[in-house]
Formats: sequence, C-alpha cells, structure tokens
Amino acid sequence: MHEKHLNADSSPLIDQDFLAVTRRDMVKFAHLQLRDASQAEDVVQEALVAALDNAGGFAGRAALKTWIFGILKNKIVDLIRQQARTTNVSALSREEENLDQTFDTLFKANAHWTPGARPRDWGDPEESLRQQRFWDVFDACLKHLPENTARVFMMREFLEFETPEVCRELSISVSNCNVILHRARNGLLRCLEKNWFAPGEHPC
Amino acid sequence: MLSCKEVTHLLSEGQDRKLTLGEKVQLEMHLAICHGCRNFRSQMDFLREACRRYVADRQRGDD
Repeated sequence: MHEKHLNADSSPLIDQDFLAVTRRDMVKFAHLQLRDASQAEDVVQEALVAALDNAGGFAGRAALKTWIFGILKNKIVDLIRQQARTTNVSALSREEENLDQTFDTLFKANAHWTPGARPRDWGDPEESLRQQRFWDVFDACLKHLPENTARVFMMREFLEFETPEVCRELSISVSNCNVILHRARNGLLRCLEKNWFAPGEHPC
Repeated sequence: MLSCKEVTHLLSEGQDRKLTLGEKVQLEMHLAICHGCRNFRSQMDFLREACRRYVADRQRGDD
C-alpha cells in the first residue's frame, strides 16, 4: 500500500525492512496504550502515511524513527482525547478496587509496612534492564494494569505529558490523578517484584 | 512523623510535581530511619527509568 513510498528514490533511508520493523514497534506501542488491536492498526496507518509524505531531509534512521513516533504519539493522544469525552476515567472497576485492597494489606494498622511487605533492595537495575526477559515481564505487567489506570499512567510516562495536562485531557481532578498514578506505580512495582525480582524466580 | 503509607504517596507525587520544602524535610526525616521506604524510593526511580528506556528502545532506529 506504500508502494509509491517504498520506491521513492528520494528517500533511500526508507526500505522494506525499516518500514516493517518500524511498523511492528509502532503497533506494539499503540496497542499497549489503546488496548484495541484495530484502533492500534488504524492509528499506526494514519501516522505512517502522514510521516512518509514528509520524510525527506532526515540525517539518519534514528532521527526519522523518533520523528515518526512523535506523529504516532500525537495521533494516540487525539484518540484518547476523543474517547475521554465518553468514558469516565476515574470510575473504579473491580480490578482497581482489588489493587487498592492489595495495597492496603501491605500495611499494619499504624500505616507502616508489615514485615513481609517491606520493599526489598532490587540490586543493580541496569542488570535487569539489559535482559530481554525483563522486558517481557514489564510488558506483561503493563498489560495487566486495569484499563483506566493504565491509560493515565501511560499518558504520563510514555506520552510524556505533565501531570496537570493528563488531568485536564481526561477531565479528572489533580488529586484523583495522583491517586491513579500512585495505584498504577504500586501495581507495577508489585507485579515486577512478584514476577521478576522474587528470589528464585529467574536463574541469573 | 509520616507513616510509610504517606511516604509512598509523597514519593509518587514527587515524580509529578515539585514537593514543598516542608514535604521534603518530612520525607527525608522518614527515609533516614526507614530502610523499607528507601528501597521503595529506589524502586520508584527504577520504574521511571524503565519507562524512559522502554519508549527510547521502541523509537530507536534499528541500524
């Protein structure tokens, strides 16, 4: 479908392999945030078409890919903005309530950690970040977050909005935003603790 | 004295806004004596770094 772009002799940067890899990464990125395969495909398609129409003049593929992802992020934000008008992001699902209850069980009545729940030292983070299996776990933990919680978190951390902008875009109060981000971060930390950092879970 | 639970909230908000001087002082006082919360802070920093790296890796040109 991008025949004319693939053959465009003005852009030797872009070939079939580059497009395939870029597209795959874009779909993964979009799917994680939109949680809908066909929406992800659509938004990636739109972003690629927009990007490739103006892809001249890049010094290298890295710069080009960053720019393409910038377009993708804008498209994702547009879609989230539209959806925010019809969904109540601050509504609590049972999954969110479960996360909150689990978090509460980590503390004694005086709100200090129970001995078993006291956060442990995760050692050298670089070592985890270098391992592909860590990223598989990280991916799985992100997918495991409740939808609305994940949406707020990803706008903050992946689309790199400032927190007040996230609240404004999704029409939620700042304090609600804080509660949701706290829930997301704790949910992810516990998921990583359980599935990656727990002793004996992985051989390295 | 802040409770550990309150500290988790402040550390999370610290990633989203500048904490006030009063908040910082209270936080540091707690962290000075609470090993669990110091680990929690490191874990939060780790999470942010992982997110940053996740996005960067997706965007990197593969050549």
